[in-house]
Amino acid sequence: MKIKNLLVLLVVLLATYGILIAVAELPPYGMPDNPVHNQVSERYINDALEETGVLNMVTSIVLDYRAYDTMFETIVLFTAALAVVITLKSWKKEGDGR
Amino acid sequence: MKDFILKRVVVIILPFLCVYGFYVILHGHVSPGGSFAGGIILGLSIIAYSTIFGIEKGKAKIPEKVLVWTESYGTLWYGLMGMVGIVKGFPFLANKLAGIDVGVPGALSSGGLISLIGIGVGIRVASTMVTLFFTMMEEEP
Amino acid sequence: MNFIAADYEIMVLLLILVVASLAMYFIKDLMHAVIVFGAYSLMMALVWLLMNTPDLAITEAAAGICTTVLMMVVVFRTSRKEE
Repeated sequence: MKIKNLLVLLVVLLATYGILIAVAELPPYGMPDNPVHNQVSERYINDALEETGVLNMVTSIVLDYRAYDTMFETIVLFTAALAVVITLKSWKKEGDGR
Repeated sequence: MKDFILKRVVVIILPFLCVYGFYVILHGHVSPGGSFAGGIILGLSIIAYSTIFGIEKGKAKIPEKVLVWTESYGTLWYGLMGMVGIVKGFPFLANKLAGIDVGVPGALSSGGLISLIGIGVGIRVASTMVTLFFTMMEEEP
Repeated sequence: MNFIAADYEIMVLLLILVVASLAMYFIKDLMHAVIVFGAYSLMMALVWLLMNTPDLAITEAAAGICTTVLMMVVVFRTSRKEE
């Protein structure tokens, strides 16, 4: 038991060391020359206003450029609500018969 | 619940909550916010009312038929708005590409289909939250 | 590494986030855990606001309150203490 605990502690320390090394290599937050600022975000920042006519850039991305994602997100929400309603209502009807 | 202070506070705060929810939904394309956040705020107003005044009074305000109707047709509304592009001979969910007038940036009527889709999604999210709450709060047999 | 004042504010909020999520794991009373989750989502909304994303801040504040209410209903309907 003691040896197993020591092994677990060793594994956790090694994993923490690896994660800390990876975090130290990250680029600083919000710098303009980060690798996330590629041509896709440049296109959104430069052309979103004239391509959609919407001031809020997040809304223009969510409801225009990535409209398929939002559509299936609403369908997922619809399915989740449907599953909850079906499960609880049928469970209550079963409880009546008991 | 029989607390006097909670009842008065909810009665005073309820219209402002509803108006704020509709404001966030309708101004999703000119100011921070959006249809999801506005819909959740709109649903929270109904949830607050039926928490304080009891589930029966809440169901009298929002009947189950209205919830089922908004939840189903809100999802269908998104697809119908996408069909506008196909009817005009362009891809699904095309907005400015399909020749729809996007208006002046910053105005409430700008954005073409975006604001119409936002209204549908907002009302739909609100009815989902209220449905979940009503289903879980119903009295056990 | 040179930090500005907003970085220290975010660090304090992230520390509260870590403490709140650890507390949610260790608390045995489920109702208290749900209340701590409400504090967690409020702190998360403040972090989004300090990172200049007001859209996510509004959504996080509203959705955090809504999920807290739904979890409270579930705790009322089932047993309150963790086994």
